[in-house]
Amino acid sequence: MIRALVLLIAAIGTAGATGPAATDFTLNTSCPPGFEKTKAGVCELRTLYQFYDSLENRGLGGTRTALPPHRDGFTPYQIDLGRYLFFDPVLSGDGTLSCASCHDPARGLSDGRARSIGIHGEDAGRAAPTLWNVAFLKRFFWDARANSLEAQAPGPLYSPREMGNSPTQLLASLNGNATYRRLFQEAFPGQRGPIAEKEVFTALAAFQTSLVSLNSRYDRYAHGYDAALSDREIEGLNVFRSFVARCSECHTPPLFTNEQIAVIGMPEPEGHTFDVGAEAILHSPKLKGAFKVPTLRNITRTAPYSHSGAFADLRGVVDFYNKGRGNAVPKDMHLYLHWHISDPKLTDTEVDRIVDFLGALTDETFLPQTPARVPSGLAPTKRGE
Amino acid sequence: MKKGLIIGLLVAAVAFGAGMFFGRSGKQEMTISSSTQGASYSGGFKGEGGAATTGITSVAGPAPTNVVVVKDGESIQAAIKAAPKGTIIRVMPGTYHETVYVDKDDIRIIGVIEAGRRAVLDGEKKLNDAILYSGNNFVAENLEIRNYKGNGIMGQAGNNFEIRNNVIVDSGVYGIFPQLGQNGIVEHNVVSKIADAAIYIGMSDNILVAHNDVFDSVAGIEIENSRHAIVEHNYVHNNTGGLLAFVTPGLPIKDTVDVIFRNNFVVGNNHPNFGAPGSTVSGIPAGTGILVMAADDVVIEGNIISDNKVSGIIVTDHAHAQNITADPESEPNSDRVKILDNVMLRNGYDTITEAKALMLAEGKMGAKNLDIVRVGPSPGSCIINRHQYVTVGVSDFTECDFTNTSATVNYLLPPVPPREIKPGERGKVVYLGICTGCHTYNGRMIGPPVQVIQALYMDNPQGLADYIAKPAKKRDDYPEMPPQDYLDPETRLAVAQYMLQVTN
Repeated sequence: MIRALVLLIAAIGTAGATGPAATDFTLNTSCPPGFEKTKAGVCELRTLYQFYDSLENRGLGGTRTALPPHRDGFTPYQIDLGRYLFFDPVLSGDGTLSCASCHDPARGLSDGRARSIGIHGEDAGRAAPTLWNVAFLKRFFWDARANSLEAQAPGPLYSPREMGNSPTQLLASLNGNATYRRLFQEAFPGQRGPIAEKEVFTALAAFQTSLVSLNSRYDRYAHGYDAALSDREIEGLNVFRSFVARCSECHTPPLFTNEQIAVIGMPEPEGHTFDVGAEAILHSPKLKGAFKVPTLRNITRTAPYSHSGAFADLRGVVDFYNKGRGNAVPKDMHLYLHWHISDPKLTDTEVDRIVDFLGALTDETFLPQTPARVPSGLAPTKRGE
Repeated sequence: MKKGLIIGLLVAAVAFGAGMFFGRSGKQEMTISSSTQGASYSGGFKGEGGAATTGITSVAGPAPTNVVVVKDGESIQAAIKAAPKGTIIRVMPGTYHETVYVDKDDIRIIGVIEAGRRAVLDGEKKLNDAILYSGNNFVAENLEIRNYKGNGIMGQAGNNFEIRNNVIVDSGVYGIFPQLGQNGIVEHNVVSKIADAAIYIGMSDNILVAHNDVFDSVAGIEIENSRHAIVEHNYVHNNTGGLLAFVTPGLPIKDTVDVIFRNNFVVGNNHPNFGAPGSTVSGIPAGTGILVMAADDVVIEGNIISDNKVSGIIVTDHAHAQNITADPESEPNSDRVKILDNVMLRNGYDTITEAKALMLAEGKMGAKNLDIVRVGPSPGSCIINRHQYVTVGVSDFTECDFTNTSATVNYLLPPVPPREIKPGERGKVVYLGICTGCHTYNGRMIGPPVQVIQALYMDNPQGLADYIAKPAKKRDDYPEMPPQDYLDPETRLAVAQYMLQVTN
């Protein structure tokens, strides 16, 4: 019965197919850069940080501290299938947006916008977070409402303000495409029956876990090469981790996030209403205006900044913290601001040095390759091009 | 008349809320234990081989033999920068205006004291922190630190640290603050005039804080989101609050477990609170001897706790602490508090309204003093010889089944040796973690295929190791390779050897 349904869908797919021939697409048999293909045929991450330890195995601390536990162990096929899906606009309701539209390799795996724009041209409400190093995260979305990449995927896919698709349409378009049927079969050989959401989300997760950035100049410094950072950057590092600025208390190495949710009291952009953040998810009024601490890796690549893009540049963000506790909290509102939000009174020079240091966190050597063509035959376009 | 009514209602509400009954007033049978006899608490730590306790007195390993001397007028940081790991930086008496940072292992900064003259680090209220360290096996001794804005000595993830014999005055938010480290000693330091905690152990494991003199600060010694800490033989006086065991919400490590406060002097901690607005300690009432908030398995034994005007000991939970955020992942109660014999004198002589209301509710309105207050749930807690103290909220504490902690010497570990990494393993990880960003086995990427490199260097790994340190442009159709001289020579050779034998 299922077999017949598959054939039927396949037939419909072939009838309407206008895309490239199915044989044009093959899945990579090698693991992405940074990964070792084990005897079991899966990709495992290798990094110098694996030679270090961390307290309670939490992956938080100082220079030579281990990373937190991470996701890996996907096959090269699953990762490469995820790459095709990631860049294929067939995942959106009207075939105009792919994941890469808002997580664009050319824009730090974000989109360069204050807030993302969905298929209907609507403001999605929040900024697209970078996907660098998501393999290490346990919480997803600004309000931390998903606890895995697989749980995160349906959010943007099915939100009418983002990709505007539906499960039915998503699975119909994939099952209707002979190339995808073949590729899913290669990536999930044990799987019988039509392509299901589970495989789609697994493949997307597999690809995203390959987006690793751990080779910045800061990392070279951390591994023991003093000259990797300039004097100004070291000065900046010392302000960054000083207890006056306290940046590293939440943007903690080695990932430069401690993944906690924190009430910072950042302003909303002009004309934008106050975003309650995690309060709505955890139903805790004390967490009104709380957001997940974002990573600072590749931060120079992902302006503008904050959950709603209130800051055009990094200096603007550091200036905000330097203006003192609660400087942008709406007058009629009480927020339980995080205790590290203080009144640091940094000098202009110290603010500049922090910005200098943040520039040393850039590493895009493992940037994924954008496929020239995707199985749907749709142009892997990005909005704005 | 009207006012009185309101107070009467409040008292009734408090009594109801606390689940106490006037009718049950105090004819409990007295249980008398001797702390020099009876069972001993074995602590919550099991080290290697199952030992719960050790007699270790040093954790940073053998002292390095390489010694560098820094004299007045020279820079401590310049010496550290030039030093290989495994160096004693001997700092002569004098005044040093600098922020010192240590990002390598086995560095010991040891001051020389000559006829009472110390090496003084003076931040002049311009510099942020005196010493920042992230290296392992770090030692700071015999220094004097003044006038910094951030911290005196702050650690970020260094293990096996020893911070001793330092004088730290008016140096910002924390005097001594190891964070995210394991296995450390903080002893014989004199720390005063600190705007938060004079000694603050944050998110750390296996800690000994002993023989310190801490005063004139908001908090004396604070153990926060940490496990297996012993705080003993300290003199803790004239702070706003003396000894604190906290779980602070919103931190990535969520609990405080197994803290022993023993044999300390906790005296006259009545200093007005000058904590920064918004800081957790700004909510501590001036006059608090020992404060336990949401920490589990805190043992309080053998302390002399006197002249703290609010209370000798306060045990509370997150719900009763003012203005702190919520954390769904932190358990908010102080579970299994264990109060053994302490000498308690003249505490609670000018206590806060909330405590007075609780005393009224327990029918203790006549008491002039208050030794122990418990508000909020504290399941599994116990006490011995409770009759000697003036208490509120401890009537449901059971009798402890031990009377002392003498079986628990300390929770320190032998110095953890650095993990041995075989060159081959390092070569592989560097190849996969770095080289594969530009080279694949048989395909064109940013750099040429590994197969081509293998053909060129097959019998010459050293040649390849030398080339990657200082590459020259070789091919018109490829960009020039960036130098990999940030890898040390052994690692360069290891990665060259690995690269020359990969087969896919």
